[in-house]
Amino acid sequence: MILDGKCPSGPIEKSWDKHRFDLKLVNPANKRKYKILVVGTGLAGGAAAATLGELGYNVEAFCYQDSARRAHSIAAQGGINAAKNYHNDGDSVFRLFYDTIKGGDFRAREGDVWRLAQVSNNIIDQCVAQGVPFAREYSGLLANRSFGGAQVSRTFYARGQTGQQLLLGAYQALSRQVKAGTVKVRPRTEMLDLVVVDGVARGITVRNLISGEIESHWGDAVILATGGYINVFYLSTNAMGCSVTAAWKACKKGAFMANPCYTQIHPTCIPQSGDHQSKLTLMSESLRNDGRCWVPKKAEDCEKPVNEIPEEARDYYLERKYPSFGNLAPRDIASRAAKEQCDDGRGVGPGKRGVYLDYQSAIERVGEDTIRERYGNLFDMYEKITDENAYKQPMRIYPAPHYAMGGLWVDYNCMSNIPGLFVLGEANFSVHGANRLGASALMQGLADGYFVIPYTIGGYLAGVKPGEVTDEHAAFAKSREDVKAQINKLMSINGKRSVSSFHRALGKIMWEDVGMARSKESLEDALKAIPALREEFWQNVKVTGSEGDLNNQLENAGRVADFLEFAEILATDALHREESCGGHFRVEHQTDDGEAMRDDEKFCYVAAWEYKGEGKAPELHKEPLKFENVKLAVRSYK
Amino acid sequence: MQMLQSSIGRKLVMAATGLCLVGFVIVHLLGNSSIFIGADGINAYAEHLHSLGPLVWVFRIVLLGLFGLHIFFGIQLTLENSAARPIDYVEKQNIRTSFGAETMIYTGLAILAFVVYHLLHFTMHVTNPEISVGVLPLDALGRNDVFTMVVLSFQKFFISAIYAGAMVALLLHLSHGIQSLFQTLGLLNGKTLPVMEKIGRAVAVVAFIGFVSIPVSILLGLIKV
Amino acid sequence: MDLTLYVWRQNGPDEKGKMEQYEAKNVSPDSSFLEMLDEVNEELIANGELPIEFDNDCREGICGTCGCVINGVPHGPQEKTTTCQLHMRQFNDGDTITLEPWRAGAFPVVKDLVVDRSALDKIIQAGGYTSAYTGEVGEANQTLIPKPDADYAMDAAECIGCGACVAACPNGSAMLFTCAKVAQMAVLPQGQVEAAERVKNMTEALLNAGFGNCTNHYECEAACPKGVSVKFIAKSNREYIKALGK
Repeated sequence: MILDGKCPSGPIEKSWDKHRFDLKLVNPANKRKYKILVVGTGLAGGAAAATLGELGYNVEAFCYQDSARRAHSIAAQGGINAAKNYHNDGDSVFRLFYDTIKGGDFRAREGDVWRLAQVSNNIIDQCVAQGVPFAREYSGLLANRSFGGAQVSRTFYARGQTGQQLLLGAYQALSRQVKAGTVKVRPRTEMLDLVVVDGVARGITVRNLISGEIESHWGDAVILATGGYINVFYLSTNAMGCSVTAAWKACKKGAFMANPCYTQIHPTCIPQSGDHQSKLTLMSESLRNDGRCWVPKKAEDCEKPVNEIPEEARDYYLERKYPSFGNLAPRDIASRAAKEQCDDGRGVGPGKRGVYLDYQSAIERVGEDTIRERYGNLFDMYEKITDENAYKQPMRIYPAPHYAMGGLWVDYNCMSNIPGLFVLGEANFSVHGANRLGASALMQGLADGYFVIPYTIGGYLAGVKPGEVTDEHAAFAKSREDVKAQINKLMSINGKRSVSSFHRALGKIMWEDVGMARSKESLEDALKAIPALREEFWQNVKVTGSEGDLNNQLENAGRVADFLEFAEILATDALHREESCGGHFRVEHQTDDGEAMRDDEKFCYVAAWEYKGEGKAPELHKEPLKFENVKLAVRSYK
Repeated sequence: MQMLQSSIGRKLVMAATGLCLVGFVIVHLLGNSSIFIGADGINAYAEHLHSLGPLVWVFRIVLLGLFGLHIFFGIQLTLENSAARPIDYVEKQNIRTSFGAETMIYTGLAILAFVVYHLLHFTMHVTNPEISVGVLPLDALGRNDVFTMVVLSFQKFFISAIYAGAMVALLLHLSHGIQSLFQTLGLLNGKTLPVMEKIGRAVAVVAFIGFVSIPVSILLGLIKV
Repeated sequence: MDLTLYVWRQNGPDEKGKMEQYEAKNVSPDSSFLEMLDEVNEELIANGELPIEFDNDCREGICGTCGCVINGVPHGPQEKTTTCQLHMRQFNDGDTITLEPWRAGAFPVVKDLVVDRSALDKIIQAGGYTSAYTGEVGEANQTLIPKPDADYAMDAAECIGCGACVAACPNGSAMLFTCAKVAQMAVLPQGQVEAAERVKNMTEALLNAGFGNCTNHYECEAACPKGVSVKFIAKSNREYIKALGK
């Protein structure tokens, strides 16, 4: 099937304004009668729930955390982009649009990205009005910095915790609606099924994580804002509870999964210290502005203390391979280069999975005080975790899975192919193409939640009779039965291996074979190993405790079970995409100097996968990408 | 009165009354110090106070009111605070707080008991009627001989011990209370808080030394009839 | 390193709990405190026992989900560090470690070390926001905010809502949590319009939720993993005084 993203036609500058006008409106008096379910309370979900509540809809918001304020958007450090052009340095909506399309390696839809760039300025206004304490200049004006190699200063930030402050802004707006009675928040509630009646999304089935009860909720529309799936790699920068479960359940009910192979691996993370490792900690990308990456030239030097490795025995591999860009090479390049060195046996630290990020020459050049001023908090964090003083010895870093560009397929209205099911933020695939630029994730989450969905959902609801199908419909009872059956199955296996050992094993397969550098062989290996592991899981997993109360093992078991299915579709997508673009790198498709080689002729489309059932190959649907406002070009870092 | 049900509102009452009571303690200390001048000093001071007539009663009633409010809300807030943690820790370490802060309710109640005793002793002459101004002869200038009464009282070790013990309670109470009341009144910030903590402790120590020096001087025979 | 743990085990909110002893063997000093618990749990699972339930999510010290009282101190011995960022090298081989949940009437125990902190949400719902509608709220740079004020607001906004202040407070008070939000909003022009109502409503919600009152022990500041200062409590007290006339 050829999918239609339903982008408005005509000049792109007017596309969103025109579309907003064309959308039907819901009579204000009727809004109360419409019930909207929002799953996830991060930037996208929290902002959407607050705004829809404010508009007068009857909203219920669900999150697995114990409070809406804890969604993982909170962990974003760097900042949020907006095309304010406060610095008169040539920024504009068009430039932000262009940079995002190009950064995504020309694999995103033009219309969606334009809209994102257009509303980016409203986001900053909105957040300031909410009392978000953005950094300011002495003039009292908002401060900006350039971030992630952007040529303009368009990133707004609140110290090193911009995500936290933006999320708290959305959470507070949500809290205001809770007080006003328009939104009900249900924390510690995990969505375990999407209820679809006659092809239309009508509700969800959830597990109350405290009581273990399985409940159904009906809604005239369902919004998934459930984040990304990068925990499929087990070790990632995501929170422990981040999962693909909600999106995957929707997928199993007919929603298409788009571009799952677009995964972002962030180059500057603290390496694994041992088998006990449960997550990886990201350190701001800005560290590479002054640090030099190197590994020993000879593998036998790797165990030696740093000061015993003379200058001439060090391989500054980024400077060697990319003489003009050096240590500032983009995320995907830098990550892959680090992996190559370690694969070559020249990694450092525990398990030889790390490279040095050295500040010695920067300290000699500008002094330790200046370095402390620039990166003090990061050096402190590094010391807290590793017990090493990075002023005295080089840091050790290693890439870590960080963000999922792929996600559920949505049209221009953020609605999936299932009518009534909307998907926002990282959970959808829409704006980042094959690679996300720094400070763009926060922008997307809030754009979708504050400024897109309030319009587009109205256009949908205007054509729907409120409360047409409620949880009395037989499909809800069936959904509850299915969810209970899966839980009972998990509880009854009583095998030998713990849930987390399966997750680790899956992560290992994904990291080795479907990680930063993928080949036909590795992907085919993964496609054999994943079903085998899944089979073992369903034979041999051990879930302790009971289903009738708080049981973290059971929660994780369900999430890992979904990852074990989803991983296969990710690998399938990676295998089918015979090109390298953005976060997807196929070793067969690279230029002589190791750069990604796109194939615009064959692969300039969105790959949306339809789940066909256990053991059956998923069906590929394509949405061709048209570029009318930017020219397809090769990204170059030379 | 919404304020008197609110958390900060009641704390403000505690702080305001506490501030007045600290003022009273300081004035009282200055008055008491006149004993070091001898009989002339303190007897003249006592005579002066009595000559104020109805004002003394106004003062006493106001003081009683302040004291009453301070005690009432102190007890009420403490009960609420202990109810806020129905199940206690098996192990709990405090890092920043002080012994004075942890024992406010006990030192406060001890001070209350002491004030009752103090009034019974020196004002109403119930506890040791044999050494009260009514029994003792007037001094040379025909005034109540407060000086002799105090000296004879404090020569009894037991009475001195009660007073000294009460002053330990006052020391602890003020060592936390003074800085705490300024914080509650919103007069402190990040820089002035540590300074005020020191000032508070210093005032508490000065008050303690000042008050205790009287029975100690008498016991040591530095002041005698 | 080998450690002896005494952990609070409680099956449910209405059950009686007690301290149980566990041995943690071969703990890597490089592992985080929660990873140490993960390993203890893996062993419990292997032995067919119930693993210890504890709250955690981001494991990078920002979401505020984790937290237990370690050897009598919320979030453990290291200053300005959440439980998830605490590493085992802070302990010595052979140490005995006690683990208890946050203890406060307003934070009922859900299970083992997991408590219900929804009372904190109720405090924010009482007024911890500006009533800005989504939409045209005016250009962001129209209102200048002096840098010191913005920094002050950010210092207050560092709060991660973990509840360590309540756990540490001898009175079980959530005053630092509440006042950090009151102060953040009160110093910004956007928040000043509603400042009077906010401080009244939020402190009332604090009391209604069953938290104690602040008596200036400052244990909250000492336990706060983000070092939120008690100066914000003084600021809120000022705001309350200002609000009295309104």
